[in-house]
Amino acid sequence: MSVLFILILVSLGLALSFLAGFIWAVKSGQFEDTCTPSMRILTEETTQATKTSKSFKQNELKPS
Amino acid sequence: MAVESGLDKTLDDLPQHALARLALSIPDRLRDSSREPGLRQVACFHCGEPCPEPILAKGEKQFCCHGCLAVHDLLAEHGLEQFYDLSVNPGVRVVKRDRREEWAYLDDVKVQRQLLDFSDGKVSRVRLRIPAVHCVACVWLLENLFRLADGIGRCEVDFARREVAICYEAEKISLSQLVSLLASIGYEPELTLGELEARPKHAAGKRQWLQIGIAGFAFGNIMLFSLPVYLGLDSLSGPFFTPLFGYLSLLLAAPVLVYSAADYWRTALLCLRQRMLRLDVPIALGLAALYAQSTYEIIGGHGAGYLDSLAGLVFFLLCGRVFQQRTHDRLIFDRDYKSFFPLSVTRQTSAGPQVIALPALQVGDRVVLRNRELIPADARLVTGPALIDYSFVTGESEPVPRQAGDYVYAGGQQIGAAVAIETVKAVSQSYLTSLWNQEAFQKKSAHDLDTLTNRYSRRFTLIVVAIALGAALCWTLAGEPARAIKAFASVLIVACPCALALAAPFALGTAQRLLAPLLIFLKNPFVLERLAQIDTIVFDKTGTLTAAQDSRVSFVPGASRLELSTREMIWVCSLAGQSVHPKALQTQEHLLVNLNECSPSSSSSSKHGMPGLIAPDAIEAFREIPGGGISGRVQGHSILLGSGAWLEECGIAFEEANQPSGSASYLAIDGHFRGAFSFSNPPRPEIDHLLGNLSEDYELILLSGDKERGRDSYRKLFGPKAELHFSQTPFDKLRFIRALQEAGKMVMMVGDGLNDAGALKQSHVGVAVVERVGLFSPASDIILPASQLPRLTNLLALARKAVRVVQSSFAISAFYNLAGVSIAAAGILSPLICAILMPLSSITVVLFACGLTTWATRTVGLSKR
Repeated sequence: MSVLFILILVSLGLALSFLAGFIWAVKSGQFEDTCTPSMRILTEETTQATKTSKSFKQNELKPS
Repeated sequence: MAVESGLDKTLDDLPQHALARLALSIPDRLRDSSREPGLRQVACFHCGEPCPEPILAKGEKQFCCHGCLAVHDLLAEHGLEQFYDLSVNPGVRVVKRDRREEWAYLDDVKVQRQLLDFSDGKVSRVRLRIPAVHCVACVWLLENLFRLADGIGRCEVDFARREVAICYEAEKISLSQLVSLLASIGYEPELTLGELEARPKHAAGKRQWLQIGIAGFAFGNIMLFSLPVYLGLDSLSGPFFTPLFGYLSLLLAAPVLVYSAADYWRTALLCLRQRMLRLDVPIALGLAALYAQSTYEIIGGHGAGYLDSLAGLVFFLLCGRVFQQRTHDRLIFDRDYKSFFPLSVTRQTSAGPQVIALPALQVGDRVVLRNRELIPADARLVTGPALIDYSFVTGESEPVPRQAGDYVYAGGQQIGAAVAIETVKAVSQSYLTSLWNQEAFQKKSAHDLDTLTNRYSRRFTLIVVAIALGAALCWTLAGEPARAIKAFASVLIVACPCALALAAPFALGTAQRLLAPLLIFLKNPFVLERLAQIDTIVFDKTGTLTAAQDSRVSFVPGASRLELSTREMIWVCSLAGQSVHPKALQTQEHLLVNLNECSPSSSSSSKHGMPGLIAPDAIEAFREIPGGGISGRVQGHSILLGSGAWLEECGIAFEEANQPSGSASYLAIDGHFRGAFSFSNPPRPEIDHLLGNLSEDYELILLSGDKERGRDSYRKLFGPKAELHFSQTPFDKLRFIRALQEAGKMVMMVGDGLNDAGALKQSHVGVAVVERVGLFSPASDIILPASQLPRLTNLLALARKAVRVVQSSFAISAFYNLAGVSIAAAGILSPLICAILMPLSSITVVLFACGLTTWATRTVGLSKR
């Protein structure tokens, strides 16, 4: 019977971690724009583009 | 006195917002009619428009103009050719010539402080609205903008809002250079005075998601814990696990009560303070009773509590709230005049013309207005003559000529040659903009709170509290005080109006969603409730019932009774093409259509790819006199086209006898009067049908800012009982609506321009009509394109049906309430019954509301099929 007690707490902990993930996703603004990410999937980096120009990561300027 | 015109002869110099207002340039519209077999149509590789002869080619690709070729080369140079793989001809044609100094005002610190989202001296972030974004390729290109210039960082496109957020280093690239770059590739941002207002940060959205997330999480987990209790724990494990589950449920339900339901607590307290009984009050009562009763039962060891019902209740309520808050991101329903006025204006200083931001404009400054530019503030004309188009601002359909020294109003557009004006009033104090100081715009609309749900909840709350108290009293008198308390709490719990709160959001929200594909956009679903109560409809004329570009032109020959020959048509058409006066454009279009009918095959090369037109340089001595007409020599023949008075001044004699009444342009070739082009502005198609249908059930009124012309034809359209008023100022319209409302009428206003802004705001329901979705419209409750205007009858019918659906949903929820309350008042409510009853009632009501509304939409004739 005591194992049930542990299992309940573990499952609760797991569920809480998922909730934490959800909260992080909302806070980092992932739910603000649900339309454009679906369009971004359709654009792939062609090998030519990555070879001839600077990469996206290099030029990432985020306000600190 | 004739003045030589320094005309910019093409549409190149139109400000972007004026371009958008013109909808399509004339050659574009006629291209469709010229797509006949036999004419070679090659699509530009960049923008997809047909390429005129001679075709500009580079390798295997063909382009329609140097602008498109330039953008293609720029993209190729930076390795961005993938742009063309992502969509078919995804480019945007760059119509304007790049003027570097045009964007200089953006580098002003004061302007940047209001425009930029964020700036720390090193990195700045700006959000720009770019209407030209229309496909995946646009998104890709703008997010790869950093490859086009040094100093540009991360760019993020919000496609639904047509916005792009750009991070850039201010030291390496200035804001004006950034905007100039965007304009040069065809993605010019829309910069209006409204951009300087602080924009909402969408923070409310995050909070709602968090609230729903926590409520849903708690709901699921508490249910998981409640199931063993319902299904019966055996005596071995019962004493241990039941309290465990109980305490865990209490723990999980606490954030739901405090955080997810926070808005309901806040509104309930506010309502109680103001002695209003909105639906939030019984909800708060129910939540309190639920948690209190559950705490008592769990801590006292009497039972398992009702916490799954609590979490479920909050979760469903929040879902209903999300469903009713469907917003149309591309549309803004709350625009004021600032979104119509441009951000920049050209000020004339001693050092020459200087482009400044509009807030920097002082009284007494001299401003240069080019073709189609907006007058920023009430001013006096310095160099004349000018031709002002007030159609969007006062509703006058004809442009008015003004002489030097005349007063001109803010919001009007100059047509033709550049003129200078001297401002007399501040931008916000001008005649038109002072409309926004009226009371109608100041206070928040009182209509919003008076919904069906709130009216029902008043009766509901009082009855529920009465029953709860009554049951408690009965049990106390019967000698069971414990049961009395339980009965009291149970009645409050079970009567918690979950289903009631979901009826209106789901019924009306479904209707709003079904209307969106039909391009009928509602500000919020509750507009439908007000629509159902309307009994009077007021229409504006110019731009609403009529379309500016829909003029019907016909040629009335003079004494010779001869129609124009093809050669003569070509001369007049070529001459008219040199002017940007609306009448000249309409004449040109009319003649081009006639010419295409006569000779479908292409002969000589031409500017627009149209058969046989004469190039602008072959026209000699072209002159345009505002308020008079145009003249020039084409292939040796002198042509005069203009007003009758001006023709007489130039010495052309003609008889008034057979001349058309109303608006007309008179034509003289080689000194002889040939005839007149008669212009009529008929109402849009199907308006007669619409008005005929509406006049049966509603009182119709016409309030027009135009001069009284064609009163008889409108009398026929509106019927004998309707009131027709002309020459109404924007203030007159507002006052008229207010008077109607004070007389007890429920008024709906249908209008399109800034002159209707006051009336739209004051009326119970304001409908803004636009030529194309996405263009500017004044603050309103409904936005629809002009093509959908005939659907107004169906919309009003749908509103009435939707209200009936909501009322029947109330009846269904009342039935569940009755069953639940009877059980609760008897003191025998158990958590299981509660847990079943609440979701069951909610789901029934939601399905019923959505299904019946969908069916109603179809029967009313508004389905997409």
